[in-house]
Amino acid sequence: MASITIRSVKKNYAKTQVVHGVDLDFASGEFVVILGPSGCGKSTLLRMIAGLEEISDGTIAIDGKVVNKLEPRERGCAMVFQNYALYPHMSVAQNIGYSLKVAGVPAAERTQRIQAVARVLELEHLLDRKPMALSGGQRQRVAMGRAMIREPKVFLFDEPLSNLDAKLRVQMRSEIRKLHRRLNATSVFVTHDQVEAMTLADRLVVINGGRVEQVGTPAEVYGRPASRFVATFVGAPAMNMLEGTVTLDGISLLGGSRKLNVSRAGLAVSSKVAVGVRPEAVRMVAPGTPGALAATVDLIEELGAGRVIYVDLDGAPFSVVTSEAVHPEPGSTIGLQFAESDLHFFSSEAGGRLEVFKASVPEPALQG
Amino acid sequence: MVERTPILNFFTHLILFAGFVFCVAPFVIVAIAASHNLKDVNDVPMSLLPGSDFWVNIKTAWTTADLGPKLLNSFIMAFGVAAGKVIISALTAFSIVYFRYPGRMLIFWLIFITLMLPLEVRIVPTYAVVTNVLEPYQTIMDLTGLSWLIEKISGVQVQLSLGLLNSYSGLILPLIATATGTFLYRQFFLTVPDELTEAARMDGAGALRFFVDILLPLSRNNMAALGTIMFLWAWNQYLWPLLITTDQSHAMAVTELKQLIPNVGGAPEWHIAMAGTLIVMLPPMIVVVLMQRWFVRGLIATEK
Ligand SMILES: Nc1ncnc2c1ncn2[C@@H]1O[C@H](COP(=O)(O)OP(=O)(O)OP(=O)(O)O)[C@@H](O)[C@H]1O
Ligand SMILES: [Mg+2]
Repeated sequence: MASITIRSVKKNYAKTQVVHGVDLDFASGEFVVILGPSGCGKSTLLRMIAGLEEISDGTIAIDGKVVNKLEPRERGCAMVFQNYALYPHMSVAQNIGYSLKVAGVPAAERTQRIQAVARVLELEHLLDRKPMALSGGQRQRVAMGRAMIREPKVFLFDEPLSNLDAKLRVQMRSEIRKLHRRLNATSVFVTHDQVEAMTLADRLVVINGGRVEQVGTPAEVYGRPASRFVATFVGAPAMNMLEGTVTLDGISLLGGSRKLNVSRAGLAVSSKVAVGVRPEAVRMVAPGTPGALAATVDLIEELGAGRVIYVDLDGAPFSVVTSEAVHPEPGSTIGLQFAESDLHFFSSEAGGRLEVFKASVPEPALQG
Repeated sequence: MVERTPILNFFTHLILFAGFVFCVAPFVIVAIAASHNLKDVNDVPMSLLPGSDFWVNIKTAWTTADLGPKLLNSFIMAFGVAAGKVIISALTAFSIVYFRYPGRMLIFWLIFITLMLPLEVRIVPTYAVVTNVLEPYQTIMDLTGLSWLIEKISGVQVQLSLGLLNSYSGLILPLIATATGTFLYRQFFLTVPDELTEAARMDGAGALRFFVDILLPLSRNNMAALGTIMFLWAWNQYLWPLLITTDQSHAMAVTELKQLIPNVGGAPEWHIAMAGTLIVMLPPMIVVVLMQRWFVRGLIATEK
């Protein structure tokens, strides 16, 4: 178990900077998930913690000890790679035990520890096989065993589940979670899959373009996204965003055709804001219900337990998730309602969350 | 696309068979000639039915040219060269692919350039070096006045000398450097996923450990292929052994074959010469047969 402290860490490749000063603190035993779109620098950050990538600027400390100049083996980290990176010419047992062999652990103790790890991961019957003769899920488990056997202070995962099929991914997800509860080692898990991130994380770090956008529990990140990027990136389908302009008595939306009665609390009149509402927070009502917005149905996506209804709201794309057994026809008109407490406000230019808007008028907040 | 029609099948087999005959016919003729006696082998045209003197001829060839020790010499030399090339080129490629150091590209290109300098081109300087390996150092010391200085101070005249003529080292070492092998390994190392290298680093393996435990086992098909090709190449070397071995105790089988070739005025004992040729061809053939399954494995199963 170990805490990790990251202080204004930067990474440059030749001229391009890919990580722009990241500050993070991971507590001992915590399961942290780093989430971000492809190419945002998640892997780079993880590899800097592991010691596989040089740190251009700033410091990374494990258990209070700066590790910038330490070799990977000296940092006490173990890593699970996206493509497993098993040694193809070694058996499963040899793969798992290789780090112990390098460390000079006697053969008898090695065998015993390999057995113990294999038992936890249910790999006992596969120990003599070569990686080529394993299924994807089994390879994944061997890769985890290889990381576990050293009893590392820190586990690093770089999208370890992205090569598995959907069902196996869900299963491995819960196994990783169980394993973490059992070993209780600090874990950093990189993914671009938000479902994976939400289900695994004690704490979520959302990264975009080499900068940290938000750090918080999955519930915090989902419930109070710190920026417009986080709001649209976390949650599926993505949060609906409506562009608006601050007026004297509220916000005018959709090019002035709708009006939102909120206090503008200090924001300059005619400054631009984005108003977001999650598709899950939108209620479908009969068209013509007082206070409801009229929208035209474009497309319905059946999810089994519910459905996503994509609608056109005065030219803006908008989506609604409902679990009710309603099946509006594409092209028909429906009514939409949502509470003001479910609205999120973001500055249009900077993208940051605006907390200035407080409920000032009772529902319905939105008037057609 | 693979088409299968009876006519096409017939023609492909015809071509295959023609190629086979083309390749094998000379060997068959050598073997037949080696089984005739002195009279039959000189008949024109030579009878293509095997004679009955095969083993007698083989024995005569063996004793006349004293092939036993020569074959051993050849084997030591060819094996030494093949092993040396396999090891040296693996190490060179490892250094070029896995390390970043100043002058890396320069070294890479220097090795590349040696492709244009086969042994025959540089044989005179190579010979000079082998006569005295320390000659270049002596020259440097003479030119810089270092030997003069040492002589003045200690009164000892510096005369560096280490000759490799008529030795296995002299036969083997100058042939070991190989650009081809280095490239073969380089290409292979470039296909080894980076993640594997990183996994080894995470497991605590240092560079040499990674090389020995991971890279070498992965490139064993490569090594078998390179080793076989280089063994054959070294076995068939003629000019270099001829030049460097003046002493019979280090003579090679291939160069000594000329002892069996009939001299002008001597008896035309071509059956003995052919028998000797067969003997000398045998070891490389065995090597190819033994190594063949590695080749095939390397071709059909890529372990990734
Ligand atoms: N060796 C390199 N030289 C130059 N740029 C690089 C190098 N390695 C990575 N990058 C760049 O750094 C950025 C971050 O890369 P990184 O691998 O961390 O992305 P990622 O967030 O892990 O993405 P993904 O989800 O696709 O794995 C990318 O834009 C990439 O192009
Ligand atoms: Mg990545």
